[in-house]
Amino acid sequence: MHRKTILQAKEDLLQKKYSAVELTKAIYQRIESVEPKVQAYVHLTQDIALNQAQEADQKLAAGQDAPLLGIPIALKDLICMQDTRTTCSSKMLDQFIAPYDATVVSRLKKAGAVILGKTNMDEFAMGSSTENSWHHPTMNPWDLSRVPGGSSGGSAAAVAAHECLAALGSDTGGSIRQPANFCGVTGLKPTYGRVSRFGLVAFASSLDQIGPMTKTVADSALLMNVIAGNDPQDSTSADVELPNFMNSLEKNLSGLKMGIPKEYFTSGIDPEVEASVQEAIKTLESLGMKKVEISLPHLQYSVATYYIIACAEASANLSRYDGVRYGYRSKSSDNLLEMYMNTRQEGFGEEVKRRIMLGTFVLSSGYYDAYYLKGQKVRTLIKQDFENAFEQCDVIIAPNSPITAFKLGERVNDPIKMYLSDIYTISANLAGIPGISIPCGTSKTNKIPIGIQLMSKHFDEENLIAVGHQFQLNTEYHLKQPPL
Amino acid sequence: MSDKIDTQKIAKLARLKLTEIESDKLDGYLEQVVDYIDQLNQLDTSNVQPTSHVLPVHNVFRDDKGSKSKNIDYLTGAPSNNKGHYEVPKII
Repeated sequence: MHRKTILQAKEDLLQKKYSAVELTKAIYQRIESVEPKVQAYVHLTQDIALNQAQEADQKLAAGQDAPLLGIPIALKDLICMQDTRTTCSSKMLDQFIAPYDATVVSRLKKAGAVILGKTNMDEFAMGSSTENSWHHPTMNPWDLSRVPGGSSGGSAAAVAAHECLAALGSDTGGSIRQPANFCGVTGLKPTYGRVSRFGLVAFASSLDQIGPMTKTVADSALLMNVIAGNDPQDSTSADVELPNFMNSLEKNLSGLKMGIPKEYFTSGIDPEVEASVQEAIKTLESLGMKKVEISLPHLQYSVATYYIIACAEASANLSRYDGVRYGYRSKSSDNLLEMYMNTRQEGFGEEVKRRIMLGTFVLSSGYYDAYYLKGQKVRTLIKQDFENAFEQCDVIIAPNSPITAFKLGERVNDPIKMYLSDIYTISANLAGIPGISIPCGTSKTNKIPIGIQLMSKHFDEENLIAVGHQFQLNTEYHLKQPPL
Repeated sequence: MSDKIDTQKIAKLARLKLTEIESDKLDGYLEQVVDYIDQLNQLDTSNVQPTSHVLPVHNVFRDDKGSKSKNIDYLTGAPSNNKGHYEVPKII
């Protein structure tokens, strides 16, 4: 049962092949058996899940339906669910109990979902390997000596290891797409503003987006139907028309133009990754898509721009952790200022401190124009690159990461090397456009997944879903299973 | 970047106490990262407008109608509270 996609399980539940309670229990059994190896979760919400499953069974028995009725789903541990812990994998929030539901959680609950628990992540979503978690690292289900990617590494590993049917992650610079790639699952970062951020613990507010991590593109489309849409509680959530994303699954790709950005295929890319992506491009051509060469000339500046903007915003957002209103407080302080300083020293991990320091520096008097303002201007250039590119094509096809999953410990002491592993995903966040990662191959040397990235215009997730789904109908990469 | 970054000053602005080892490591980190981000100076941005938000931002208004609050006791999550207030160490 745990190997089912959402759509398969939905069908089975409607046909009464098994109950939602049986499905939920089967997933918890799977968690019990593989979790000692994978460590994808930070805490489980078994009592809540079983209650939700029972309710789902009653509704199913009464002939009611809802988009996710009885479907077990995991949440990245920076999405608030009322009366449960939301730790952000940080000592700072280790005992924090969320007082309300994030909008995505209330939408999942309304759609009948069963919430299994919270998944591991890099502390405050800062990292690309989930090694920066205060709790423990998470292992890649394909090779336990390798990282699952990050920051949504727990969600990606849980989906790949069938410890849930699907999960939600968040993506600030690639944190859904890169771990989806490393773990061989589908990960969609929606357009900035498409999904409400209310109840998502903030990292960089102009970049953060919540999105689905699933076994198939079709499941992502279904989850998007539930979580997307304007929310009065998030003033940056966009008030735009909301399509039925499931309709995109039927779309014919004939004549659709795919842009291939030449800058993504230069030195530094693993030859196996490049070969798989080129193979995927051929598959898409055989499905009727037309290939156009495009240029995104400012790609090389995206990592530098991102670290200025993301860290500046993070340093402001994380100023709230002062030991006064919630979270950790240092025990040994004689006065208020000392309490702030000690609390933040003891409560934050190394990478979080680095980014707070960098963000504070680029915003500090005398450096603001040279760094923060400069970063905002280069962000405009990066955004314009995409606007120009989308005049020539409908979807951009590119590698998702220059490398495949690396070994635990390999990059953790070299921050810049770690940051550069996100070079292909970061610019979509800077431009606010949607992107999806889907499996497109397996490394012959290491037997671990390779992914491809598709990007499209603002609010055009439909083309990503259309192309991704047709690709999965014609390939079997997404069906491959980790050797757990 | 010719001037040396004053790590201690930045830490004070960020309200972070640093041990000597942390401070030394952050010295090296900031120098390395700032050196990396200095590559943006290769670009002439004198005629480029900054982007702070990717979509057009506008005020979001709603009708001035009251609605029920969520009735949450936020104090229960505080490390220390007393008589309906957050409690902190002495200020002066």
